[in-house]
Amino acid sequence: MTFRSLVAATLLFAAPAAAQEVKIGIAAEAYPPFASPDASGNWVGWEVELINAVCAAAEMQCVITPVAWDGIIPSLTSGQIDAIMASMSITEERMQTIDFSDKYYNTPTVIVGAKGGDVAPTPEGLAGKIIGVQASTIHAAYVEKYFAGTAAEIKIYQTQDEANSDLAAGRIDATQADSIAMDAFLASETGMACCETKGAVADDPVILGLGVGAGIRKGEDELREKINAGIAAIIADGTYDKITAGYFSSSIYGG
Amino acid sequence: MIAGAVLASTLDLLALSPPGWGATLLTGLAKSVMIALGAFGLGLLIGTLGAYGKLYGGPLARDLLAIYTTIVRAVPELILILILYFAFTSSINNLLLSWGFERIQISGFAAGIVVLGVVQGAYATEVLRGAILSVPSGQIEAARAMGMPPLMLAWRVTLPQMLAAAIPGLANLWLIATKDTALLAVVGFAELTLVTRQAASTTKAFFTFFMAAGALYLIISILSTLLFARLEAWARRGQVRPGTS
Amino acid sequence: MQANPTPSQTVSAGPAPVQGFWATRRIVLALIAVALVGWSVTSLNWSWLANPKYQALLLQGAWNTTWILVVTMVLGMLLAIPLGLAQAAGPWWLAAPARAFCGLIRGTPLLLQLWLLYYGLGSLFPSIPWIRESDLWPILRQAWPYAVLALTLSVAGYEGEVMRGAFKGVPHGQLEAARAMGMPRFTIFRRIWLPQALQRVLPTLGGETVLTLKATPLVATITVVDIYAVSSRIRQDTFVVYEPLLLLAVVYMAIAGVIVLLFRWLENRVPQRTA
Repeated sequence: MTFRSLVAATLLFAAPAAAQEVKIGIAAEAYPPFASPDASGNWVGWEVELINAVCAAAEMQCVITPVAWDGIIPSLTSGQIDAIMASMSITEERMQTIDFSDKYYNTPTVIVGAKGGDVAPTPEGLAGKIIGVQASTIHAAYVEKYFAGTAAEIKIYQTQDEANSDLAAGRIDATQADSIAMDAFLASETGMACCETKGAVADDPVILGLGVGAGIRKGEDELREKINAGIAAIIADGTYDKITAGYFSSSIYGG
Repeated sequence: MIAGAVLASTLDLLALSPPGWGATLLTGLAKSVMIALGAFGLGLLIGTLGAYGKLYGGPLARDLLAIYTTIVRAVPELILILILYFAFTSSINNLLLSWGFERIQISGFAAGIVVLGVVQGAYATEVLRGAILSVPSGQIEAARAMGMPPLMLAWRVTLPQMLAAAIPGLANLWLIATKDTALLAVVGFAELTLVTRQAASTTKAFFTFFMAAGALYLIISILSTLLFARLEAWARRGQVRPGTS
Repeated sequence: MQANPTPSQTVSAGPAPVQGFWATRRIVLALIAVALVGWSVTSLNWSWLANPKYQALLLQGAWNTTWILVVTMVLGMLLAIPLGLAQAAGPWWLAAPARAFCGLIRGTPLLLQLWLLYYGLGSLFPSIPWIRESDLWPILRQAWPYAVLALTLSVAGYEGEVMRGAFKGVPHGQLEAARAMGMPRFTIFRRIWLPQALQRVLPTLGGETVLTLKATPLVATITVVDIYAVSSRIRQDTFVVYEPLLLLAVVYMAIAGVIVLLFRWLENRVPQRTA
């Protein structure tokens, strides 16, 4: 009885998806300058503009759907969203579960620590320190592999924003993240007061991946081709550079 | 002292129009209340069926209901929400795909209502079962002896009398429903708590926003308590109060 | 004697008569359960359980969940007793703040209280130099003190309300009799009022402890590594979606079962009221 009423109740509320509507999942937690909500609750940022441009170029009707980062891959595989465009790096580990489009940006990875603190982006430089990273990111995997042996503790955060807050509050000694996201933090009032870049970590393409791409359910090649075409189109016609110029001083497409 | 100074300097962040976040918070509140209402309603429905099933159902129905209420009351809501939120939507979609239908998209709103409703249903089952038991059995037997059909019996005799006994428990459940909507923040649904968190982390005015959201929840709680007290007085209107007869 | 107000709020519905317990339907249900367990063992992905790193993490997480639960229940109850007493018998200037505190805690979500303490209060501390330089700082910069504080206040708020009812429920005649015998006020409280009030809440305390257990996973949102945080970590590392959650549900049910049994045992050890 309960199960049947459940199904009935759900079907009442659930509208069948419109034919061409594509739900693009972004992380529900703020990730400035790529995606964050403004005071009226609208999502703004470089990645949001990019999504709109890609969708326009690929002639798709997109709906931006915020999902908890923690469950963003399950949300994709269980069908609550159709694609992930949430600064997710293309890694071999993720490719066992989902497919990726071509990359649409790529940035170096840096360690940020308190001003004047004795932190360096090496296993020795982080010995005895508390490092904060965002859960299920390439940074979490990297820190686990290279710094777990020497660091005092690795703290896992749901969002980079929380790790930044705790870095400013002195609860962690260092955090590892994308240099672009960290530049935005370091340019903010809080960031300027507390912290500075300690340099880039040594590269490891297997973990750090091949840039950021759109995640898609396995086997949905049609959608992937459409997104790839959209990305190629906006790079070709200059829209990509125009969006980038609004946020960054140089291109973030990377090599 | 410091908290007070910080609070005063950031109060204009609560203004109703941007750059104030007030309107966004209120939208989050509206979503929270709507989900709580839906979950409470669904919980009442499940609870009524469950209570009748536990009292008058066959042995199998009783066993199944016991399993349901035991699991829901022992496993944290957060975990039930995660299991139901992902497993529920993906199993419905798998079912639809295997029957040759299109994938449907279940909104966070609907999923939230269903998930919290299932949790509420387990508690409502117990509350309503207790309330039905509080109706003197002689009255039900009398009505049955007069040949009253079961549905009319429920509507005319059991329900009106159990209401008074059920209201305190239901009021408690409603308050739990409003507070449990905060758990949907963990799956990324933009209800009051998540919106507050977003506003706080964007503006770094943690105190201002968490206090404001706390005040909103408190207003809901106080208003509901008053409302349920009146409702209880109304439901008890026919009853003899000790000392006045 | 007055009616015993003990509500049966504990988890299970109580055992059925022994001879009727293994009726055909129960055997069928048990077989279905066995089949379900067998199916989940064979066709779900449990390979991550063999990883010693995750085994160690799971043990650590279970330990953290347990000690946080025990510590916050004990501290919370210690706070709840004065809160309940103030509301039941205190002068208005004690009763009113106690009532307000309970209303505040019970009227707002625990998640919000937790975040207010950790992100709000916790982010103020470092801006105060003497705190940052004090010996307390290494503790204050960690997450668990905020988790323990928030859960303790929550337990105090809910149980304060329960204790208020319990103190009020102790028959007045007993207190008057003790006073007539010339017993000092504090002795009356310690020897008569408190033990009887505690005896009254004991049957509900098991259920309340299970409720607190169910609130503990929220501490994972402020980076405390409890069993829930460990399962999230495994889910995120391995992309195995449901299995860690299922294990988690089983672990919480097992802990809840232990709590219920423990309180049942405790209740049987406490002598029954005779009056």
